[in-house]
Amino acid sequence: MIEALARLVNDDPAIVRWGRRMNETFMVEAGDTQYLLTVREGKIEKLEKGPFTQRSWAFAIRAKREAWEKFWQKTPAPGWHDLFALLRRGDVAFEGDQRVLMAYLQYVKLVLAAPRNA
Amino acid sequence: MKLEPIVGRYAHIEGQRIYFEEAGQGIPLLCLHTAGSDGRQYRAVLNDAQVTKNYRVIAFDMPWHGKSSPPAGWQNQDYRLTTGMYTDLIMGFARALALERPVVMGCSIGGRIVLDLALKHARDLRALIGLQSGAFVERYYDPSWLDHPEVHGGRACGAVAYGLMSPLSPETERWETVWHYMQGGPGVFTGDLYFYQVEGDIRGRIGEIDTSVCPLYLLTGEYDYSASPRDTEAVTARVKGAKFTVMKGLGHFPMSENPEAFLRYLRPVLDQIRSS
Repeated sequence: MIEALARLVNDDPAIVRWGRRMNETFMVEAGDTQYLLTVREGKIEKLEKGPFTQRSWAFAIRAKREAWEKFWQKTPAPGWHDLFALLRRGDVAFEGDQRVLMAYLQYVKLVLAAPRNA
Repeated sequence: MKLEPIVGRYAHIEGQRIYFEEAGQGIPLLCLHTAGSDGRQYRAVLNDAQVTKNYRVIAFDMPWHGKSSPPAGWQNQDYRLTTGMYTDLIMGFARALALERPVVMGCSIGGRIVLDLALKHARDLRALIGLQSGAFVERYYDPSWLDHPEVHGGRACGAVAYGLMSPLSPETERWETVWHYMQGGPGVFTGDLYFYQVEGDIRGRIGEIDTSVCPLYLLTGEYDYSASPRDTEAVTARVKGAKFTVMKGLGHFPMSENPEAFLRYLRPVLDQIRSS
């Protein structure tokens, strides 16, 4: 699912506009697999799959693979429909620079929910 | 051109200029908005002819919210809502407008304070309706980022509100609900959350609520994870006679995120209140 993110986001100007001031790299972790997403003016310029040995990122969003699968259902069930819903249930961890995450929270939410429309 | 029946006015109450909107006539129905938003959330209720036929619907903006300015000297202090301030505001407003035994309906922080009103002011009120009511919500994120010079407060507050809604609610209404959050002043949402997530914990006292004096209706959207149906269930487990309905497919802002679906749950409750 994550592999399709770049195309899903970059083809959707409504998502890109929410991140058009964003130039950052962040990590998404699904179980043991790590991904680095490099955002350039709202578009996902690079989507790399780990493992990584010595890379920097602004913030990381980590959840189990099963949690992402529930999150990415076309119509997710109550409690699985938003990043903060996962946070409340303890099924996601936000690490790193929270300032950057909170500054671009709406964009990050839309990006990570994009696989629902795949 | 279509003119809505809603009329907006300013009331001067105890040195504060409070903006409120109203429509309809009959039993007063006082509506309390959520943390960091304003009375516009109740537009659909104010515009519903079936409701306003029998109810005088009133929604005010709390000080610091919507068109009600913060008090003089706001620049020198942090805004932090407390149970006492909130209760005085509601009861003071009802008294100032000479509302006789109003029904009070509140959502989120408003859903919390109706539980307090049930404890302390049951005799002065005809009925209480709690939307997304819970006796307490533990902090599960750091709200200080919603009031930080390096994070746009409107964007951050909007993004938090966005997630609390149901993915099944109509896009237009969901994004308007977000817009209300984006228009909040700096620190206002976090100031309300102080009541919601710190000071206003009434878990220890809700067992004392007597619904035979003032009926208590609880409606909770199933997609809410801030005050989830489980949180409301925990209230009903301890409050004898509270009537609880889970609103299918709705989230934390039922009256504004999906007004049509919400009204289908609200109208029967208002009919029951009227006939009892």
